[in-house]
Amino acid sequence: MILPFDLILVLFVYICAVAALTTRDLLSAVMILGAYSYFMCLLWTEMAAVDVAFTEASVSAGIGTILCIGAISKTKRRSND
Amino acid sequence: MFDYIISYYNYWMYAGLMMIGFYGMMAKRNLIKKIIGMNVFQSSIIFFYISSSVKRGGVTVPIIKHVAGAHGSHGVDVMQYANPLPHVLMLTAIVVMVATLGVALAVAILIYRRYHTLEEDEIILCMRKG
Repeated sequence: MILPFDLILVLFVYICAVAALTTRDLLSAVMILGAYSYFMCLLWTEMAAVDVAFTEASVSAGIGTILCIGAISKTKRRSND
Repeated sequence: MFDYIISYYNYWMYAGLMMIGFYGMMAKRNLIKKIIGMNVFQSSIIFFYISSSVKRGGVTVPIIKHVAGAHGSHGVDVMQYANPLPHVLMLTAIVVMVATLGVALAVAILIYRRYHTLEEDEIILCMRKG
């Protein structure tokens, strides 16, 4: 682990998490969650866990985002909070 | 004390991320927002386990290279590699995370078909009316 690199990546991860929770448009929130997953993937590559990183990139950022988009297309896109 | 905080900085990062996810699960009223908060919470747990596998001093990916002289002619120097056991555990946890996400979204779609809204307070109002 390299401290400045970790700090920058974790800052991006925090920004993405807070933005995904505060955006009122649910499709934007899901897209920001995908970006969050990719930043987590970079963080794990940096922590020498490449197997976890590519599983995260394919499963969580890929399939998870697709599932969320499917669910939003079947329900409502607006959120009140 | 300050050195102690700095040297365990991954725990602070994981605890902050966990609190963000917990806030999303508890305080947000939209069901999809709750599911997003759950996703953040789960990946903070995975972050904790993965960061516990890192060793100091330039460790690399755990692909074993045999070195001569450590333990006989085919010894393995463990201090060169990150601990692979949390990696294997967390591979399972990532797959479980996506399965949980799928089930939660399916339940949210069913709730939307029944009540025509995703907001928790409006759902509770509809349930009280009948």
